Amino acid sequence: MLIRKPADIRPSEITSKDNYLNRRTFMQSAAFAGSTMLAGDALGAMLPDERGAQLSGVVKSEYSTDEAPNSYEDITTYNNYYEFGVRKDDPVRNAQEFKTRPWSIEVSGNAEKTGTFNLEDFIKPHTLEERIYRMRCVEAWSMVIPWVGIPLADVIKQLRPLSSAKYVVFETLLDKANMPGQGGRSLRWPYVEGLTIAEATNPLPILAVGVYGEELPNQNGAPIRLVVPWKYGFKGIKGIVKIHFSETRPRTSWALAASNEYGFYANVNPEVSHPRWSQARERRIGSSGGSGLASLFNAAKQPTLMFNGYGEQVAHLYDGLDLRKNF
Amino acid sequence: MDAIRQIRFIWKPLIFLTCLIPAALVVGDILEVTGTLGANPIEDLQDRFGNWGLRFILLALSVTPLRQISDWNWLSRFRRMFGLFAFFYVLMHFLTWLVLDQGLLLSAIAEDIVKRPFITIGFSAFLILIALAATSTARIRRSMGRRWQKLHNAVYVAAILGVWHYWWQVKLDATDPAVYAVILAFLLGYRIWRSRQKKTPLASNPAT
Repeated sequence: MLIRKPADIRPSEITSKDNYLNRRTFMQSAAFAGSTMLAGDALGAMLPDERGAQLSGVVKSEYSTDEAPNSYEDITTYNNYYEFGVRKDDPVRNAQEFKTRPWSIEVSGNAEKTGTFNLEDFIKPHTLEERIYRMRCVEAWSMVIPWVGIPLADVIKQLRPLSSAKYVVFETLLDKANMPGQGGRSLRWPYVEGLTIAEATNPLPILAVGVYGEELPNQNGAPIRLVVPWKYGFKGIKGIVKIHFSETRPRTSWALAASNEYGFYANVNPEVSHPRWSQARERRIGSSGGSGLASLFNAAKQPTLMFNGYGEQVAHLYDGLDLRKNF
Repeated sequence: MDAIRQIRFIWKPLIFLTCLIPAALVVGDILEVTGTLGANPIEDLQDRFGNWGLRFILLALSVTPLRQISDWNWLSRFRRMFGLFAFFYVLMHFLTWLVLDQGLLLSAIAEDIVKRPFITIGFSAFLILIALAATSTARIRRSMGRRWQKLHNAVYVAAILGVWHYWWQVKLDATDPAVYAVILAFLLGYRIWRSRQKKTPLASNPAT
């Protein structure tokens, strides 16, 4: 017998007030964007310079999960972005005044196409895709997030790395005045992350510029951030200003902060515990499907999947590698 | 109304109700009257109860130094209440973990207590607080005689384990547990300093 709860509404079906307000703004800006598009070239990914603006020309992807995404509110009010503070609600509170335009990205190192690119030009050659991915935080909670972004592999191809390039290194903006968390003693700044070339050219990673079809909110890493769905969330570096092709493995921020707890690979792995807590299970945020008292029950943790469930696409990258040592 | 009756019938109930405010706010947030619990409600509950447990342990440990410095002897009439509120909030913290976080999954609970050092020490502190709360009545105190004070000195161990448990659990930024640690260091340091003062013969004190 199938017993259904009367109020079986997924958290994602509830439009938050913020989201509602955002939608109003983007409808206004969409009208504006429409008029400029008539004049300019409509090819390639466009990034409107407007907070919460709707992104156009977004195509769906076969890599998306069909799991129900978390609500816009969960995604944009509960996350880590230490540049804006160490608590989960610090980013949404402290990132609102942060300026993401103009924004440029400096490409350097062992690649044919290096230099400084304006964000809009950097995005333009690529197609925006919606990628609904599971996100597993190293703190044992998870979400499902409908990102919008460009495949990292396409970007790498365009920049034509030399055969000597073994790693792609990313760096976040260093701006103590506008990123209050960089004044604290939490991590060494700027935030640095990296992938092997093989990982970076896998079809899964994206450089995200949006969520829920809208431009990325500041607290989620605007204007451009990395998303690597089979790795713990901290690999997803935010507010990227530098991309460097390197022969050597970069010293990444969390590995520098605590090398016994956070490794370079940081692949989601239920069998390798964090030294202080188990990684075997995770709490899916919003999984109880209710609010208030109901949110406290039916929120049992679910088993964590190897490579966060993306083993089919990525397990081969680690053939012969001892994942216990290379965590 | 004399001072003792005034404390008993006016101040004690007032302080009692004040100590319940954090719990009332949790209930208010659960019912979404005073606020909400946020995206990760279970973590929110655990953090709030745990923090209030530590605050009340520190508050209970502040009573004696404050009384000695100020000569306000009536302060000691609130010490047991603060201690029991510390136990209450730690108990709620523990139950949130046991029932809501672990879902009463015994294998996961046992593994956590044995394999995760920060949970081992937190659980040890909780066991100490159970013993102290269970022997907190005036009747038991009288019947235990001198052994009562010996047992209740274990609150110092519980406080250290509690702050350590918090410190060990934070991912990176230890500012909050460090604040508790500094306050606790003051409270314990004061006691060491005072017990040395007492032992020092009067003659060695500088003439006034």
